[in-house]
Amino acid sequence: MKAVLIQLLLVGLMLMMGGAVASDRVSLPKYPQPVGDQCVEPTDIMRREHMNFITHQRDETVYKGIRGIAARHSLKDCIDCHVGYDAQGRAVPINSEGQFCESCHNYTAVSIDCFGCHRTTPDEVSKVRQFTGKP
Amino acid sequence: MRPVTFTQIEGKSSRYWILLGTLSAMIAAGFAAAMYMEHHGHYVTGMTNQIVWGMPHIFAVYLIIAASGALNVASIASVFGRSAYKPLAPLSALLAIALLTGGLIVLVLDLGRPDRLIIAMTYLNLKSIFAWNQLLYSGFILIVAIYIWFMMEKRMQRYSRAVSIAAFIWRLILTTGTGSIFGFLVARQGYDAAIMAPMFIIMSFAAGLAIYILVLMAAYSWTDRELGDSVLRRLKNLLGIFVSAVLYFVLIYHLTNLYVAEHHGIEAFILLGKNGGGQYAMVFWWLQIIMGSIIPLIILFSSLSRQRLMIGIASALVILGGLAQMYVIIIGGQAYPLDIFPGMEVISSGFMDGVPEAYSVSLPEFLLGAGMGFGVALIIVVIGISILRFLPQSLADEVVDFDDAAGASA
Amino acid sequence: MEESKKVTGQSRRSFVKQTAAGVSVATMAPGVVLYSLARATRHPDEAVTDEVRWGMLIDANRCVDGCTDCVTACHEENGVHQLGRPATDAQWIRKVHLRDRQTGREYGIPVMCQHCEHPPCVDVCPTGASFKRADGIVLVDKHICIGCRYCMMACPYKARSFIHEDVTDQVAHAPRGKGTVESCTFCVHKLDAGEGTTACVQACQHDALIFGDLNDSDSRLSRELAKYPSRQLRADLHLNQGVRYRNI
Repeated sequence: MKAVLIQLLLVGLMLMMGGAVASDRVSLPKYPQPVGDQCVEPTDIMRREHMNFITHQRDETVYKGIRGIAARHSLKDCIDCHVGYDAQGRAVPINSEGQFCESCHNYTAVSIDCFGCHRTTPDEVSKVRQFTGKP
Repeated sequence: MRPVTFTQIEGKSSRYWILLGTLSAMIAAGFAAAMYMEHHGHYVTGMTNQIVWGMPHIFAVYLIIAASGALNVASIASVFGRSAYKPLAPLSALLAIALLTGGLIVLVLDLGRPDRLIIAMTYLNLKSIFAWNQLLYSGFILIVAIYIWFMMEKRMQRYSRAVSIAAFIWRLILTTGTGSIFGFLVARQGYDAAIMAPMFIIMSFAAGLAIYILVLMAAYSWTDRELGDSVLRRLKNLLGIFVSAVLYFVLIYHLTNLYVAEHHGIEAFILLGKNGGGQYAMVFWWLQIIMGSIIPLIILFSSLSRQRLMIGIASALVILGGLAQMYVIIIGGQAYPLDIFPGMEVISSGFMDGVPEAYSVSLPEFLLGAGMGFGVALIIVVIGISILRFLPQSLADEVVDFDDAAGASA
Repeated sequence: MEESKKVTGQSRRSFVKQTAAGVSVATMAPGVVLYSLARATRHPDEAVTDEVRWGMLIDANRCVDGCTDCVTACHEENGVHQLGRPATDAQWIRKVHLRDRQTGREYGIPVMCQHCEHPPCVDVCPTGASFKRADGIVLVDKHICIGCRYCMMACPYKARSFIHEDVTDQVAHAPRGKGTVESCTFCVHKLDAGEGTTACVQACQHDALIFGDLNDSDSRLSRELAKYPSRQLRADLHLNQGVRYRNI
């Protein structure tokens, strides 16, 4: 009798927890639409490998001086395309809540060590804005 | 001579828990200070772009050299065959590991990016003395740990002399590395001196032994174990010799500098307090020389040292003097302006060239250095002696027969 | 592009100076840059080589008392903001005013990273974050800098600063952040873009700073150095700096 009661209790508890998980499920990251329709690599590769790309690029840039057009995987260019803009047309730091880097890194619970040093918005004159005439 | 039995301390008394609590509080304070410094950045400390190494480095470097010095007691027993020191050896090895760990934790927590410790361990520039030191420090801990194991494990005891010789040689290289951090710096007038390495070795002898004596006295008195006078007499005489030797090295260092015109500036700064060196001259003369060297020497080599309390006071003063010496070397050496323009007077500068830097110790720095450094070192000792057999049940005179030992090895 | 904007924004004189040095950058259309390849420039996807060694000559007689244009330009170019705490604020370049103790002669000079051939900061760095690029520029790889400040102990010129607090609003080409060490980069981003000059040199209205390639005997820098005597700060250390001084 006692054992049955405990089993019933357990089943009930599991059902409750299951329900809770289903309704409070962490929603997929939402972030501003990037500029253009194609990233430097296909999206699924970027999702998996972006860290390796920018780490490799960082050494190419810092030690070999490869910048600008030749720096295909430059973090600066990530920011130029993926940064969001507020209602006044001002760039929003890419690591702030709901923005491109933060939304996904928050979702996957991975901390970012880029923006202690790197600028979080495009410079006044960014390559991308020159190309596209965006704000 | 009775066989020596080693036992753990009981670790049940309220004294034990109070001690453990105090040390934990020191560590917690040090850790909080480190977090505070990391969160705000180093501007909340007394360190600046001229005095780039401050209080944490004084304690860290002192603890690191004291670690190698603490091993000396064991080396005397096994390397130099003074068997009467044998009962003292396990504690000496434990203290060595403990002090080094304390010093290293302070160094790491003071880094601008302590979270990148893994980078420090995986990217090694082998021309950097810091990189050598990483290998020397970790090797030291490993060798000494093996040495402790061989001392405690009967089957391994026949190899323990070989390990102890390796540890002794390793510790000499280690302190050479620590001294060379400063000795190889060409930029600053106070450094760039080959004497730094041997001076640090002799400083380590004094520092390690002074801490050893205090730990030994505290351990035996707080656990109501017997500590004979002959042990302490030997150790305090040795301490006196080491302190005299440090003074000799300090004298030679300054004499060499005084002979060379290029170094007259730094000497006037440190010894006479000229050009804004007042606080360093004060620390040098009052703390390092008078309080930290002369008074302990008087105590150690006079009838005063018949009282145990006086030996303890002398040891504490030697530690104070050693920390003062580190202060003068590390802070004083940086505070003296870089001689970028020989023969020129700096009238103005956008970066305070030519101006001696006034250093004021900040609380977080002090807590990190003293609290974390000594806290970690001592808590390792306290926990160590309560779980493993480091301490002889008794060090009474009839257990440790020094005359016999001296006679046997003579 | 930002480089081209800066070029057009320059005074006519410095632009002429720059072209005279054999380097020019012109904008043909948005995003397209024409590099006129002199020895000092390279294709953007080629690694730097030791064919070039960047250097600078500073003339104390031309440097004007009270002028700090080079300092302002440097800190603006690289986003080095002062926070009103002189002891801990970063300085990439500073003006130093000196008087000869014996003769009383006075002069002022800017002092920055001297870009040594044998840099003590590189020797002591435990991780290799402090390094010398193939073209002689001494830099900090802030990705692997652990903030130990050993390089600051080793530098004879007080050229390096530790970043003592959080930094925001960096410029994109000069990332900098708390807990790492930094110093003058010879405006490496400008050099890599083929500009062949630095912000401080561009800002100097008195022609007190000459920048160029020490390996190119035709560069204005090399010709000036060959013509008149120059000195290195603390030449006794034999570091063979890239920065030389005249009339000190």
